[in-house]
Amino acid sequence: MFQNYSQPLEFTNLTSWLDAALRENLPEFWAVFIELVLVGVVLLAAYAVLAMILIYVERKITAFFQARIGPNRVGKYGIFQTVADVLKILIKEIIHVNKVDKFLFYAAPFFMIVASVLTFGAIPFGKSLHAVDFNIGVFYVTAVSSLGIIGVLLAGWSSNNKYSMIGAMRSGAQFVSYELSAGFALMTMVVLSGTMQFSEMIESQAYCWNIFNGHISSLVAFVIYLISGHAETNRGPFDLPEAESELTAGYHTEYSGLQFGFFYLAEYLNMFIIASIAATVFLGGWMPLQISGWDGFNQLMWYIPSYIWFFGKVGFLIFLSLWVRWSFPRLRIDQLLNLEWKYLLPINLVNILVMVILVLTGLTLTDLF
Amino acid sequence: MRTFKQYITGLFGGIKSLLSGLSVTWKELWIKKVTQQYPENRDTLVISDRFRAELVMSHDENNEHACTACGICEMNCPNGTIQVISKMTETEDGKKKKELDRYVYDLGMCTFCNLCVITCPSSAIKFTNHFENATFTRNKLVQQLNHEGSKLRAKKKEPISAQPVPKEKE
Repeated sequence: MFQNYSQPLEFTNLTSWLDAALRENLPEFWAVFIELVLVGVVLLAAYAVLAMILIYVERKITAFFQARIGPNRVGKYGIFQTVADVLKILIKEIIHVNKVDKFLFYAAPFFMIVASVLTFGAIPFGKSLHAVDFNIGVFYVTAVSSLGIIGVLLAGWSSNNKYSMIGAMRSGAQFVSYELSAGFALMTMVVLSGTMQFSEMIESQAYCWNIFNGHISSLVAFVIYLISGHAETNRGPFDLPEAESELTAGYHTEYSGLQFGFFYLAEYLNMFIIASIAATVFLGGWMPLQISGWDGFNQLMWYIPSYIWFFGKVGFLIFLSLWVRWSFPRLRIDQLLNLEWKYLLPINLVNILVMVILVLTGLTLTDLF
Repeated sequence: MRTFKQYITGLFGGIKSLLSGLSVTWKELWIKKVTQQYPENRDTLVISDRFRAELVMSHDENNEHACTACGICEMNCPNGTIQVISKMTETEDGKKKKELDRYVYDLGMCTFCNLCVITCPSSAIKFTNHFENATFTRNKLVQQLNHEGSKLRAKKKEPISAQPVPKEKE
């Protein structure tokens, strides 16, 4: 249906040309191999660059919320501040702590980073910019992203430091609780779109994003997903695993240099991953805003390439998360668990039921109109 | 049933309070930024008049100050920042008179407590807000406050006037 619209700025042509060229000149195995390597390199590069952009954006927006200007010395408006920071962290000494459990201590950052890179690969960034399209995409993403908590627990446990340990335990309790809510919220949307595959999910949202399609139920699921996703990334009012006034830095207290950098990177990328899953599942992913029948309008929307749509939606969600982060004070651990087990989870369960009824009785917007 | 009602009202009350919190920060996002970009905005920088950065002795246009070298400031200074060095001179009619020779002030030891200014009976000294006092050597912090060749201002009708006396009365 939307192949009819002209899409001048998409990467589709580039990728299919590359694929054809490789297959023409090389045997099947090598063509596939080179493509895999290329995709891997691009993903890792995107990972690093996105983290740098996110850190810069976060620092700027944080500054604006606090009536400050933020970084503005390195380059115009301080755009090279994060580049300088990354260089600094790369050449910093990794301090070896004597009484840590060496193997686990050095393994922990990799668990974090691997979990977020694995999730990163499954995100549809744009039309044809989708590295791995599982038929159980939503399930895969929730499963793999929860591996990260192992890194946190290992870091806290192996550091041989009570602050790290408390931080890691809090983080574990928080993560396990909120993973449940996030999973249920995604499940609500799986009920609505009837598929777990990200690409199909996006196609089904071509004319009506899921958040509008399931109206009340979708909205509730969206809010719950944002809250629990926010809690999973250990940020904002839910940052008690690293509450600096109580635990110095929580689970990564003993880490320095590049290892700390890994935790830092993974934290920012997790924020991006949560936002992009929310954008994909609720806001139509890379799909432009289209209205059925308004061909001129739709064509206009398609002139904006899909990856811009995707990053626009993700940016909006990240801004929401920063806004929340700088608005609310940190929760106590009992308040945190109260919020999850007494409010989010029961509401979520009722919400799934409501969604099932909406879908079965044909009360979703696409069914009604 | 009552607890269920509390649960529901608590839920919506919570959401309402969270939203009002968000609206506060939303307004905060758009207000004027308060950051002072210091070395660049030196010309427009506003420092409060009450800020105490450096002790000065005010001299009028005739190079006259109001210090009678009584030494009260020196006595009141809690950590010996001020040294009033006086000399005895003789006036024409043969009277001996104490006069200020050097008024030495060590900025490096000053706690800016303002006791010297408060206790000065002739309001000869005051604190200004020129705050750029950093130097590379400690010696430079020891300053002589009375200007070269300055002398005591002749007594006026109101001796305890803080302001330098206007020209017409001279």
